[in-house]
Amino acid sequence: MSALATAAAQDHHEDHGHHHKQTFITKYIFSTDHKMISKQYLITGILMGIVGIMMSVLFRMQIAWPEESFAIFNLLLGDKWAPDGVMTPAMYLSLVTIHGTIMVFFVLTAGLSGTFSNLLIPLQIGARDMASGFMNMLSYWLFFISTIIMLSSLFIESGPANAGWTIYPPLSALPQAIGGSGMGMTLWLISMAIFIASQLLAGINYIVTVINLRTKGMSMMRLPLTVWALFVTAIVGLVSFPVLLSAALLLIMDRSFGTSFFLSDIYLQGEVLNHQGGSPVLFEHLFWFLGHPEVYIVILPAMGLVSEIMATNSRKPIFGYRAMVASLLAIAFLSTIVWGHHMFVSGMNPFLGSVFTFTTLLIAIPSAVKAFNWITTLWKGNLQMNPAMLFSIGFVSTFITGGLTGIILGDSTLDINVHDTYFVIAHFHLVMGISALYGAIAGVYHWFPKMFGRMMNKNMGYIHFWVTAVGAYGVFFPMHFVGLAGLPRRYYTNTAFPYFDDLADVNVIITVSAIITAAIQVVFLYNFFVSIFYGKKATQNPWKATTLEWTTPVAHIHGNWPGPVPVVYRWSYDYSKMNEKGTDYVVPGQDFVPQNVPLQEHEEELNH
Amino acid sequence: MTVFLVIIILALLAVTGWQMSKIFDLSRGPGADSSPIANDKDNRQQAQITLAFMVFLYLGMAYSFWHWSKLYLPEAASEHGNEIDTLMFISIGIIMTVQVITQALLHWFVYKYQGRKGKKALFFADNDKLEFIWTIIPVITLAGLIIYGLFTWSDIMNISEEDDPIIIEVYAKQFSWEARYAGGDNTLGEANVRFIEGINTVGVNENDPYASDDKITSELHLPVGQKVLFKFRSQDVLHSAYFPHFRAQMNVVPGMVTQFAFTPDITTEEMRNSDYMVDKVSTINDIRKENSEALMAKGEAPLDSYEFDYFLLCNKICGEAHYNMQMKIVVETEEEYNAWLSEQETFAETMEK
Repeated sequence: MSALATAAAQDHHEDHGHHHKQTFITKYIFSTDHKMISKQYLITGILMGIVGIMMSVLFRMQIAWPEESFAIFNLLLGDKWAPDGVMTPAMYLSLVTIHGTIMVFFVLTAGLSGTFSNLLIPLQIGARDMASGFMNMLSYWLFFISTIIMLSSLFIESGPANAGWTIYPPLSALPQAIGGSGMGMTLWLISMAIFIASQLLAGINYIVTVINLRTKGMSMMRLPLTVWALFVTAIVGLVSFPVLLSAALLLIMDRSFGTSFFLSDIYLQGEVLNHQGGSPVLFEHLFWFLGHPEVYIVILPAMGLVSEIMATNSRKPIFGYRAMVASLLAIAFLSTIVWGHHMFVSGMNPFLGSVFTFTTLLIAIPSAVKAFNWITTLWKGNLQMNPAMLFSIGFVSTFITGGLTGIILGDSTLDINVHDTYFVIAHFHLVMGISALYGAIAGVYHWFPKMFGRMMNKNMGYIHFWVTAVGAYGVFFPMHFVGLAGLPRRYYTNTAFPYFDDLADVNVIITVSAIITAAIQVVFLYNFFVSIFYGKKATQNPWKATTLEWTTPVAHIHGNWPGPVPVVYRWSYDYSKMNEKGTDYVVPGQDFVPQNVPLQEHEEELNH
Repeated sequence: MTVFLVIIILALLAVTGWQMSKIFDLSRGPGADSSPIANDKDNRQQAQITLAFMVFLYLGMAYSFWHWSKLYLPEAASEHGNEIDTLMFISIGIIMTVQVITQALLHWFVYKYQGRKGKKALFFADNDKLEFIWTIIPVITLAGLIIYGLFTWSDIMNISEEDDPIIIEVYAKQFSWEARYAGGDNTLGEANVRFIEGINTVGVNENDPYASDDKITSELHLPVGQKVLFKFRSQDVLHSAYFPHFRAQMNVVPGMVTQFAFTPDITTEEMRNSDYMVDKVSTINDIRKENSEALMAKGEAPLDSYEFDYFLLCNKICGEAHYNMQMKIVVETEEEYNAWLSEQETFAETMEK
C-alpha cells in the first residue's frame, strides 16, 4: 500500500523538467538544498562534538588524577599549557569553558536542531524546500564561520576564553583578572554573535516554512511531533537568542569601549577601575533569559525525534498526541519565565526567588505528562528494537533520571546548598546533555537512510548503545553524591581541601566511565562514515513509517518529489489501526497507513 | 597512573577491535542475517539486554546509596540547615520513588512487548482519564513541595532586625577572604574600593566614626547559638561564599552588598567529636597516609594529617586559583569568641601603625 502512494507520483516524473546544472560547488558547498544543508550541519556538528567530548576527557583526567603528568596533555596542549604533561589551571578552565560552549551551542543547538529541522521540516510537511533556500545556506555558513572563530581561539597566545561558558562579568570583562578574558574572550564573543545571527536566520526560515508551506491536507494537528517540536524550538530561539546578542554586545562595549553596563567598584592589581554603576546581576538576567530557554532549544527537538521514532518502532500511535503538543507548548512558554532559578543565590531579591521556584516546578508537570505518554506508547506495542529505538528508550530513561533532580535544584531552599556543585553537573548533563545526544543519535540512526540512501550497521549500533548507556550512567549517577558532599564545580583540583579527599575514588570511577564512553563513540563514527559509502543500500521506507519523507525516492532530487507534492489525508500515527470490523488492519496485511493514503471505506479519522 | 590509564585505553581498543571483527565475521558468514533492520532475534536479544540493563541500573543505584550516601554532609551546623535537610530528604524520597517506578515500567514494557512477526500492537491513541491522573498527581505532589519550600525559603531569607544579629562583613578578592567585625557599635563603617590604600586593604572609610572599632581578621570566628548577619562585598570579580556545613551560600558581587544570615548551633569542637566526623577524618587520614607513602617514595614531602575545621569556600569561578580560595571558620562558645575578638586589633589601631 505504500507503493500505492508513490506509484501515482512516479507517473509525473518527466513533468518536473527544470533540472538545474549542478557544479561541485553549488551541490556540496554553497548548496541551497535543505537536504544537503542538513548534512552539512550534521557533519559539522559531529566534528565539533569530537572536539567537545575530547576536551571533557582531558579535564576529567585532571580531576581524577590532579596534577599528574600525562603525555597526551603535552601532545595536545603543548608546552605552554601542559608543561611536562601537567595541565595548567588556566588551560583546565579553558577546556571546561570551551567544552560547555561547543556542546551547548555548536553540537546540541546547531548540530541537532540544524540537522533535523533542515532535513525533516520540508520532507515531513510536504514542501519542496525551505521557504528561503538562500537564507538557509547563509545560516549554515555563518554557523561554520562561528565554529572556525571559536576553534581559532584555541591557538592564540593568551589562551581561549576561560571564564566558564556562562561568561559572567567582571571575570569575562577584565583580562587582568584571568588571561582568557583577553583576545580569547573577544573571539568567543564574535563567534557567538555570528552564531546567533545564524540561528535567527535559520529559525525564521523554519517558522515560515512550517506555517506557509504545508501541503494540502496537512493541518497543524496532523503534523508529526518532530515538526511540532522543531517549530516550537525555532520560536523559543527567536524569542531568546536576541537577548543573548544584546548581552554580548553590551559586554563587548564594557570590554572595549569603556562603558559600565556590568561593572562597578572594581579594584584589580593595585588600581581602581573607572567603571561605576553597572551590575553583574544584570548580565546574569540577560544571559539566563536566553540560557534557560536554550536548554529547551536543545531538548525539545530530541523529544520530537524520540516521539516519532518510538511510535514507528512500537508500531503504535504516540499516546496522547494532543497532550504531547500541549505539553510542548507549555514547556516552551514556561521556559521563558524560569531563568531566575539559576540565580537564587545571586543576590537578587529573595521574593523573586519564590516566584521562580513556583514557575520552575510547574515545568515538571508537562514534563511528567510527556514521560508517562512515552512509557504508555510502549505498552502493548510490537517493539522493533532498532538502534534508533534503543537510543529513544535510553532518552526516556536519562530524561527521567536527570529531570527528577530538577525538582531539588528548582526549589530555591534546596538550591542554596547544591548550587554550583557537582549535583548541578549531574542533573543537567543527564537531562539535557546525554538525553539530547541520545535523541540526536537516535535521529541519525533512524534518518540515515533518508540522508545518505544507505543503512547503518545495526550490530555496531547495539554495541554503541549499550556501552554508552552503561558509561553515561557511570559518569553521571555517582556525580550526584559528589555534589551532595558539597564539592564545587570548576575546581582545578580538590586537593586544596583535605576534607574532600574521600571523594577521590568516586572521581576516578567517573573519569574511567567517561573515557570508556568517549572511546566507544569511535564505533559510531566508524559506522557513520563507512556506511555513507559502503552501507547497505536503503529501501524507500525501511522502518515502515507513515510520514511523508518516506514517500520520496531514495535518491535525493531537487524538489524532493518527482511528481506533484503528496496530499495528506490523515495524521501521522496510523500504526496498527484496525478496520471497522476489527478483522484486519485498515490496509490489509500492512500495519501502517502513510499520511498520503486517503481514508478507506468506512474508516473513521481519529478525532485527536 | 599514566600506565594504568594506558592499559585501560589499550584494553578498550582491543575489546573494540575484537567486537568489530566479530561483527564483520557475523555479517559475512553464510546464512547470517545481514539485514540492517531489527528482526525477531534482535528484538528478543535486545529486550533481554534491556532487562539486564534494568538490573544493572537498580544495583547501581542501590550500590550508590549504600556506599556514597555517607558522603552527604554531616548534620547541619546551623538552625535553618536542619529544615533544609528535612526538605532534601523528603524530596529525595519522592524522586527516588518516582524513579524506581518509572524506570521499572519503561524497561519492563520493553521486555514484555518485544516485537514478533505477526504480532498486533494495540491501537491506543488517547485516554483522557489516564492523562488526567498523571497530570493531577504531579500537580498535588509539586504543590506540596512548593509550599513547603517557599515557607522555608522565606524563613531563611527574610532577616528581621528584631533578632539583633551580630553583623560581620565577608570580603572577597582573588583569591582570599577576609572578615570585618562591626565592633562594639555593631555597625560597619562605610567602605568602598576607592578607599583601598596601603594597609587599608578592604577599603574602609577612615573618616567614618562607625569604622574605627571595626576589626578585620583572616579567620571567621562565630559564637554558637547567636544569629549572624553576613554582609558580602567583593573587590574584583564575582565570588560565591559557600558554607556547606551551615547550608548557606550567597554570591559576592562587586558593586553591591549581598547578605545571608544564619545561627550556628554546633561548635567546631562538638562537630570534631561527632561520630560522623571522627569516622570521616579517620578515613581521610588513612587515604592521606597512603598518598604520603607514594609521595615519599618519589622523594617528595608527605601530606599533613588532617583535622576537621569548618571552612568557607568560593563557589563561583573567579580566576585561575579559584580552587583554592578558602577561609577557616571556628564556631565556639560565647566566652571563647569574646576572648578571641578582644585580641583582634581595631581598624583605628591598624591605621595608626
